[in-house]
Amino acid sequence: MWRDAALVAGKDLRIEARSRVATNQVAPFALLVLVLFAFALDPNRAVLKQAAAGLYWVAVLFCSLLAVQRSSAVESAEGARDQLRLSGLDPAGVFLGKAAAVAAQLLVLELLLGAGVVILYDVRLASLWLVTATCLLATVGLAAAGTLYGSLAAGLKVRETLLPLLLLPVAAPVLLSATEAWQAAIAGHPGDGTQWLRILGVFAVIYVAFGVVMYGSLLEEA
Amino acid sequence: MTRPPVPRWVTRSLGLGAVGFSAAAVVFGLWVMGPTAEQGDYSRLLVVHPPVATYAYVGFGITALASILYLIPRTRRREWDLLAGASAEVGVVFCGLTLVTGSIWGRPVWGVWWTWDARLTAEALLFALFLGYLALRRVPASEEVRSRRCAIAALIAVLDIPVDHYATTWWQTLHQGSSIDLLQPDKHLDTAHNVGLLLGFIGLGLAFAWLVIQRYRVEKLEARYEQEGLDLALEARRAEGDIPSDRVGAPV
Repeated sequence: MWRDAALVAGKDLRIEARSRVATNQVAPFALLVLVLFAFALDPNRAVLKQAAAGLYWVAVLFCSLLAVQRSSAVESAEGARDQLRLSGLDPAGVFLGKAAAVAAQLLVLELLLGAGVVILYDVRLASLWLVTATCLLATVGLAAAGTLYGSLAAGLKVRETLLPLLLLPVAAPVLLSATEAWQAAIAGHPGDGTQWLRILGVFAVIYVAFGVVMYGSLLEEA
Repeated sequence: MTRPPVPRWVTRSLGLGAVGFSAAAVVFGLWVMGPTAEQGDYSRLLVVHPPVATYAYVGFGITALASILYLIPRTRRREWDLLAGASAEVGVVFCGLTLVTGSIWGRPVWGVWWTWDARLTAEALLFALFLGYLALRRVPASEEVRSRRCAIAALIAVLDIPVDHYATTWWQTLHQGSSIDLLQPDKHLDTAHNVGLLLGFIGLGLAFAWLVIQRYRVEKLEARYEQEGLDLALEARRAEGDIPSDRVGAPV
């Protein structure tokens, strides 16, 4: 299973590296979102600083939508999904691989957005370990839930509009918990953030486990 | 010729019971129950709000259960998928009613139509989750693909409920705690309020069951229509016989 996961993740990341959609479109989009937030709240720099954690995670959520959409579009074009089934790879491995590729892209975007928040919003991340742990756990959860929903919407005529409707409410606990944890990290009270890390952990475990069990059934019907 | 999924006398009794008990609940709520000391006349909404909230959960619970049964190969039947859809639709209506009745109550008591309170946010998310599920049910795709994806989507949505619930209950909440306790029926409420609440639960429960059965029936006919064409669906409607056969299939 792990070998299959590594193969699929490698394939997805290679496609992304060659198509350069992530670097040429998604990353500039992420920064644009940060700048737009700053435009919307401009005259009041204190508000921007105060809301930085929430704005950061909303931007991450938007980026994850794009990453997930890309990840499932790669499979639905030119019968790639059927080829994937014919390859005899373990469905759980395929799920883990696709989720890992999305997670890797998201982590890079989060790094970029983090730098953006620090520079543009003048935020100091007092507790770096909490910030890192939050990003890692939230990314695993988002990537797992996103990969699942990406496959649910894949191949349907209305997938572009359906995916946000399906994914955003599911990702709401991640948004809430990650924002609270970041706020604790920015305020320099890492102790307050640990309970939110726990929720992020539970969310990640639930969706990874669910994906490992159910992904076969999703691949089957294609 | 097809028989309705549930005998007609059962659905009729459910419908009549729903009307009777709901009417009794209205009479009780408006005339018998007095205003309470803390909330005045607004406490009368107790007859409606807790029951609709409860049956919304019941609806989503049935959807999850039916989806699991659909996904297990041994128990896979189209009927489970149809039941999941019917129950989710009625659940969404009841969830919407919960938000509306809560809002109507919140305006005079809290001073706002909506507030970002833990309970309210969780309920609104639940509403959005199942709206997404219903949107997925309506996408153009083959029956098997759609049914399977819907079943998985329902399970993901249900999985999210406890996470939402616990993530938000750690906030300070404006929403009051439970007004009823099965072990202590008179914990907060006087007898009139308890009876009103009970009537509301029975009336709306029967209405919920009636609606789910009717939606299931329509979904089943729709599925037949998809499979076998309009002619057979019309024939089935005639066979049920509650409207004259010459009116079924007549030009409209």
